[in-house]
Amino acid sequence: MNPPTAKAVPPAYTAFHPRWYRPHVSVYWWLGEWRYLRFILRELSSVFVAAFVIVTLLELRALRNGPEAYARFEHRLATPVAIALSTISFFFVLFHTITWFNLAPSAMAVRFRGKRLPDIVVAAPNYALWLVVSAAVSWLVLR
Amino acid sequence: MQKPSNEALLWMLFSVGGVIAAFLVPVHVFLFGLAFPLGWLQAPSYEHLMQLVRMPLVRIYLFLLCSVPLFHWAHRFRYTLYDGLQVKHLNEVIFTLCYGGALLGTTVAGYLLWKMA
Repeated sequence: MNPPTAKAVPPAYTAFHPRWYRPHVSVYWWLGEWRYLRFILRELSSVFVAAFVIVTLLELRALRNGPEAYARFEHRLATPVAIALSTISFFFVLFHTITWFNLAPSAMAVRFRGKRLPDIVVAAPNYALWLVVSAAVSWLVLR
Repeated sequence: MQKPSNEALLWMLFSVGGVIAAFLVPVHVFLFGLAFPLGWLQAPSYEHLMQLVRMPLVRIYLFLLCSVPLFHWAHRFRYTLYDGLQVKHLNEVIFTLCYGGALLGTTVAGYLLWKMA
């Protein structure tokens, strides 16, 4: 009688291995339909957020290196390529802001007197606060 | 036993970073990326910006602005690569590059703001 082995070798059933149902999804699945594309564009907005952080870090470094370095930095931001990239970035970060605020009603179901508040009522304070914060930042920088 | 997951912490950083980015990044990109270079608004002087950056509260603000949104990026970009390009087999490489990048950016931000005298 053989003692039971710790690791039994599974019998080779490969010839009759069941076929899994795994539909093949193209790598370009998000290109066909607008709502899929919009999802991917929304996710890619994060790349422009990261790019903004990198530019801001470069700006801080330029500030630290003195007025001449900062003037060079400003000059570089005014080149046509930089302006084009800033324009694209601006639209992407706006897209992030709008989609983020519009998610708030889905993430948080606010009820008032037993009734769920309409989405717009939950999202609107975000937009109001956004305007206030943007105005405050502008005021500090432009003062 | 399953390894305890960091997913909750990473998701929270993603979400807080998303809030910070949503509220603050558009106005910064508009001012420094478009309005000042294109001359729509009078750009602030070097001295004025230095005066701002020397304030501790502004430095904390800039640190948060330049760190947490990077974790927002790391999370979103990671899943975009997983789902969009279906590169699940590169899981660990992508994870390391995304969060490593976010940590590196955070360190650089901390260093620059600390040394900004």
